[in-house]
Amino acid sequence: MKRLLDIARVVRSKNSGPYELVLDVILRDRTLFDALRASGQFSPQRLAAAYGVSLREIRRIIWFAPANAVKVVMPRQIVSGSPGDSDVYGAQQHAPLLDLEFDL
Amino acid sequence: MKVEFRILAPTAILGYGFPEESLRRGLAERPDLIAVDAGSTDPGPYYLGSGKSFTDRAAVKRDLGYLLPAALARGIPLVIGTAGGSGAAPHLEWCRRIIVELACEQGLSFSMALIRSDVPHATVHAALDQGAIQALDLVPPLTHAAIDASPHIVAQIGVEPFIRALAAGAQVVLAGRAYDPACFAALPIAHGYDAGLALHCGKILECAAIAATPGSGSDCALGILREDSFVLKALADGRRFTAESAAAHTLYEKSDPCFLPGPGGVLDLSACEFAEHADGTVEIRGSRHLERPYQVKLEGARRIGFRTVSIAGVRDPIMIASIDPILAAVRQRVGQLLGDSESARVCFHLYGRNGVMGEREPRRGLAAHELGIVLEVVADTQEHADTVCSLTRSTLLHYGYDGRVATAGNLAFPFSPSDLATGEVYEFSLYHLMAADEAKLFPFHLETVGAGVGQ
Repeated sequence: MKRLLDIARVVRSKNSGPYELVLDVILRDRTLFDALRASGQFSPQRLAAAYGVSLREIRRIIWFAPANAVKVVMPRQIVSGSPGDSDVYGAQQHAPLLDLEFDL
Repeated sequence: MKVEFRILAPTAILGYGFPEESLRRGLAERPDLIAVDAGSTDPGPYYLGSGKSFTDRAAVKRDLGYLLPAALARGIPLVIGTAGGSGAAPHLEWCRRIIVELACEQGLSFSMALIRSDVPHATVHAALDQGAIQALDLVPPLTHAAIDASPHIVAQIGVEPFIRALAAGAQVVLAGRAYDPACFAALPIAHGYDAGLALHCGKILECAAIAATPGSGSDCALGILREDSFVLKALADGRRFTAESAAAHTLYEKSDPCFLPGPGGVLDLSACEFAEHADGTVEIRGSRHLERPYQVKLEGARRIGFRTVSIAGVRDPIMIASIDPILAAVRQRVGQLLGDSESARVCFHLYGRNGVMGEREPRRGLAAHELGIVLEVVADTQEHADTVCSLTRSTLLHYGYDGRVATAGNLAFPFSPSDLATGEVYEFSLYHLMAADEAKLFPFHLETVGAGVGQ
């Protein structure tokens, strides 16, 4: 089993506008990108479980070959900067990805 | 059309700074344009709503103090998008005053175009009635009440208003809220360069050296547009662009890396190629701009109250073990003291447990040896927020929970005073697309700055 950090160079989160959160994973090379994509293991089900959210909240998973990257779009829990928000920029919501393991 | 068009991007956001040496090297590259994005919605709704800048005045003045004379001395335009951080009228005026002050101090004289991107409330009301407003994904439908409650409504303007201002001879263009790539792409598009390449180049340059490796938010980058490609070049020793850094930045802060919608079109990057050169530059081809019916993205924020916060630490393991019931009991007791009619939102941010991720935190069972508590209160008035914060803080400080042995006090305060009144609280109220005839909405105003002309 490989942990995400073994196969990825960048694992990050950020707002895409005040309502959306995007997770970016940039794989170390095209071989790993292709392998992860083909494995089906970077799935909405696993992401939903990692974040404790319903499957419906994993809005999209987009593979972007020019950057060997995969992107996940989720709603923010609270609109950026509204009362109770804990991460206005959405920049520290990536950590649950680091615990994922893949059989590649 | 020249063979190349060179764009110098001095820093990620005006006011974030740049090394003098990088600017010197960038200017030695004979740029045709200096362009800089001066804002973002990232810092949240407060700045747009309140009319204040999230960037620091002295820092913005420092950056402009280099860029203004550099551009004027070379006879190239300085184009600034999203003035003052959020780009509404007060932000535009804030930045204009800095420029006028610098012109006076440095003895500079030039023509400056101001482009307002505020959209009149009546225009937005009418658009809503005509069905010309579209909510973006996850955004609630717009209401007339939300329009009325938002003091500043701005639109992300495209390249067209910049092109008109530059064509009128403006040496400096200062714009309100703008689509991030627009200030970079406008002039080359006017000169006949491909819009897809120019906008994609602008999309990367708007963050300047953040897109290089190692990345930096306070360093310069150069974009070189050609007929069928563009090249990105870093300007500091030890920094370079790689195919990966450029491609990675292409997807930064975007929900779909292949299709980036903007005013009047969509940037199609599905056929994009990133080629790395041995000299630390990257050449990009295949970016295409597809025209769409003209829509602008509106942004607005409304005031929802006033905030007071208190920060404290907890080190007692008995208290940490039962923090949830303790906070619930404190909340209830404060409610009883103030009476049910009192409305205030109280939130405990628990650092060391789930302060960053809240309900999405997967590590539920871990017990930290210390907790940081940020008590947040939002209420209708500052006085009421102060009262609820004070009462909640003092109740928690002396609350006698089950099993308590530390009977002198439950909280370690780092500061005196312990409570901080932070003022107005805003929330985003508009983030919608509006069909628009942009030529009618965003005229520019040309003024002569400096040389004793009316300040």
